[in-house]
Amino acid sequence: MRFLFIILFFLLAGCEQQQPVVPAEGDAAKAAHGDTFIEASIGEPTNLLPVLSSDSASSDINSLVYNGLIRYDKNLQLEGELAESWEISEDNLSFTFHLRKDVTWHDGAPFTSADVLFTYQMYIDPDVPTSYAEDFLQVAKAEALDPYTFRVTYEEPYAPALGSWAISIHPKHLLEGKEITKSPLSRSPIGTGPYKFAKWDAGEKVELLSNPDYFEGQPYIHRVVYRVIPDTSTQFLELQSGGLDLMGLTPIQYKTQTDTPASIRNFNKYRYLSFSYTYLGFNLTKPLFQDKRVRQAISHAINKQELIDGVLLGLGHVATGPYKPDTWVYNADVKRYAYKPELSRTLLAEAGWIDSDGDGVLDKDGEKFAFTIVTNQGNDLRSKTAEIIQRRLKEVGITIEIRVVEWATFLKEFIFTGNFDATILGWSGGPAPDQYNIWHSSKTAPRELNFVKFSNKEVDELLESGRRTFDQNERKRIYDRFQEILAEEQPYTFLYVGKSLPAVAKRFRGIEPSPAGITHNFIKWYVPASEQKYNR
Amino acid sequence: MLVYLSQRLLMMIPLLIGITLISFVVIHLAPGEPTDMQTDLNPKSRVDMRDRLRERYNLDKPLYIQYGLWMKQIVTLDFGESFAQDHRPVLEKIGERMPITILINVLSIVVILAVAVPIGILSAVRRNSMFDRGTTIFVFLGFAMPSFWLALLMMDYFGVRLGIFPVAGLKSIGYDYMSPGRQYLDIAHHLIMPVFVSAFGGLAGFSRYMRSNMLEVIRQDYILTARAKGLSERVVIYKHALRNALLPVITILGLYIPGLIGGSVIFETIFAIPGMGKLFYDGVMMRDYPLIMGILVIGAVLTLIGNLLADISYAMADPRIRKG
Repeated sequence: MRFLFIILFFLLAGCEQQQPVVPAEGDAAKAAHGDTFIEASIGEPTNLLPVLSSDSASSDINSLVYNGLIRYDKNLQLEGELAESWEISEDNLSFTFHLRKDVTWHDGAPFTSADVLFTYQMYIDPDVPTSYAEDFLQVAKAEALDPYTFRVTYEEPYAPALGSWAISIHPKHLLEGKEITKSPLSRSPIGTGPYKFAKWDAGEKVELLSNPDYFEGQPYIHRVVYRVIPDTSTQFLELQSGGLDLMGLTPIQYKTQTDTPASIRNFNKYRYLSFSYTYLGFNLTKPLFQDKRVRQAISHAINKQELIDGVLLGLGHVATGPYKPDTWVYNADVKRYAYKPELSRTLLAEAGWIDSDGDGVLDKDGEKFAFTIVTNQGNDLRSKTAEIIQRRLKEVGITIEIRVVEWATFLKEFIFTGNFDATILGWSGGPAPDQYNIWHSSKTAPRELNFVKFSNKEVDELLESGRRTFDQNERKRIYDRFQEILAEEQPYTFLYVGKSLPAVAKRFRGIEPSPAGITHNFIKWYVPASEQKYNR
Repeated sequence: MLVYLSQRLLMMIPLLIGITLISFVVIHLAPGEPTDMQTDLNPKSRVDMRDRLRERYNLDKPLYIQYGLWMKQIVTLDFGESFAQDHRPVLEKIGERMPITILINVLSIVVILAVAVPIGILSAVRRNSMFDRGTTIFVFLGFAMPSFWLALLMMDYFGVRLGIFPVAGLKSIGYDYMSPGRQYLDIAHHLIMPVFVSAFGGLAGFSRYMRSNMLEVIRQDYILTARAKGLSERVVIYKHALRNALLPVITILGLYIPGLIGGSVIFETIFAIPGMGKLFYDGVMMRDYPLIMGILVIGAVLTLIGNLLADISYAMADPRIRKG
């Protein structure tokens, strides 16, 4: 049974690809340099100095222009990028990075450990308005031992620290002693990455050109263009007219609008789980939700598969906890909450909620079981989810009101003040398993992320030891237990994990879908010479 | 005249201060701050980071001090630095977006005038004819049709299916490698659909206005006189009636001046045109106070100047106003 489940699981969750790329015969499929790759973003990038920007358009571009010391590979394991190798000291307190010696900045200057040290100092500089200082404030000492060795020491073992060195390394020779926010590099960056910045037409597009001296070899695709197209319907029309080569589709576009002969001829579609999940979070300070059985009953009353089918058109996966189901840290053996309205009613009755006056709504001590779900405006999926939940909970005798509120008001008036019953929201995570900021009982102050006020001693201890432990097997054991407790306690009803649904123009070859997505090997993508569309 | 002009100009100063004060207070009333967008629900950001950012932008000070600081800057024509993560001067950001917005608005007004004025005249002259009814339906269709919908339909038909117009944007991907002549053509090619869509919605207002003006003028005694003199109908309509009917259009054009820099968010978003509407909208969404205030001030100044210009040119064009 277990085995069968695993197979099923891989069928459902693994990276599936609609049409396998079958390379054409002969010369046509040979890797060749050249051509242009056009992508779109909804917003204009804000700043091409990674230390100052936090929007996705900027970080997409920055990921091609800059490198980190390390990076996540296609299977979401850490591997060296600017660092050839690294060592962790016996006491787990210091990391020593051995840097590559063949790296130069786009302006020709050599890359050394001084750049790494400078980057660290910049991130912790109080005059630099970055929102990413946290990981680096834990550092006790950072030193450049020689031009190609960099060592960093922490005050206490801090496992997430290693992943934090995936941040972009900035060029010291161009930024030192200057006011960072006024640096021209924010509009014309100089990095070490596979692509060099070429041009920025404000509000229109950013162009990058391949770096012939890139230490992992010059990328095949000569030019990358990011167009700013704020409207997703327009993006979709541009995709169809050939004005874009890649776009993340919505479920409806994926299912019903890209099955025309022209689309099938021109695009390959991919799908893989995204690093984000949607949940129904309960405000645990409210008396209504203090009984675990009530939360479990609500989880049993919601048909998650129905949500996935209705809201995501089947393009999603039932969430059981905070981790993405195809990562090493995910624990599949936790308590699951199948759709069982009968069981839900039983649990509610055990907790004292029964329909004593026969009006179809549960009550207890004269109070009706009613609450409000708040969610933010502008996310259609969330409000649809709320409506389906509303109907299902009505069937077990719970009345729900839905309020959809503009984002800033939503946070200020409801989430941060704790002035809500339940909320539908989502978290996007990365490959690192640390969830301290979201679940630790110390993170419940206004504006902190544990706004449901979850507090569990064992979880606190697990999260703390997870941060101190470096051995992956040991960490797996810790986070497995953490997931078991969350599943049992149901501070959230974990709803679903969505899928990323990119469509890529068919002329691009060499795409390797993996748990990390498709762009991890972008520099190896190519267009066979005979199919190249843009000759400059 | 000179006295009148300087009076009007002086009156504009308190008005402008009032406008900025109200705008400043109102935008600060909306919940959320520029720093929130960077720090809220960001697991990598600490709470004290937010305080640091607030201090940097003077958001920790009382509102009247913030207003004072802003005022102090603005009187030296320094619009300040954007609170967005690009930290660029507000004027630079506005300057980038202004030309294209003005270009599209001017083109669309020219199209509107070129189409709506003849429609208005003919509708008035042939009142209740088939032409009058047909064009009325046509212009009201344009007025009632949501521009985003029309835009998407046109993009799908002309851009995707027929492939004769680019779907969105202002320039082709190969623009930088074109000769200057080709570059002009390329931009013109990209502008056809946006200008059509933005002009189509404006036809109704202008043509109906023109029609009713014309109808009113035709009823005047001097038109009767002209006809009695035995002038041809052509001369009566195009020389005597039209000139008088066009007068109020001057006022409308004056009121259009602030509209020249105001883009439409929906329209710019659909066509991926980097104009003022989108800039302002994004500024509001990010609570980028200096940028919002900058655009509002420029808009207010242009509105006031537009009104003044309309009054002056009206007086110059119409002797009756001057003497009255």
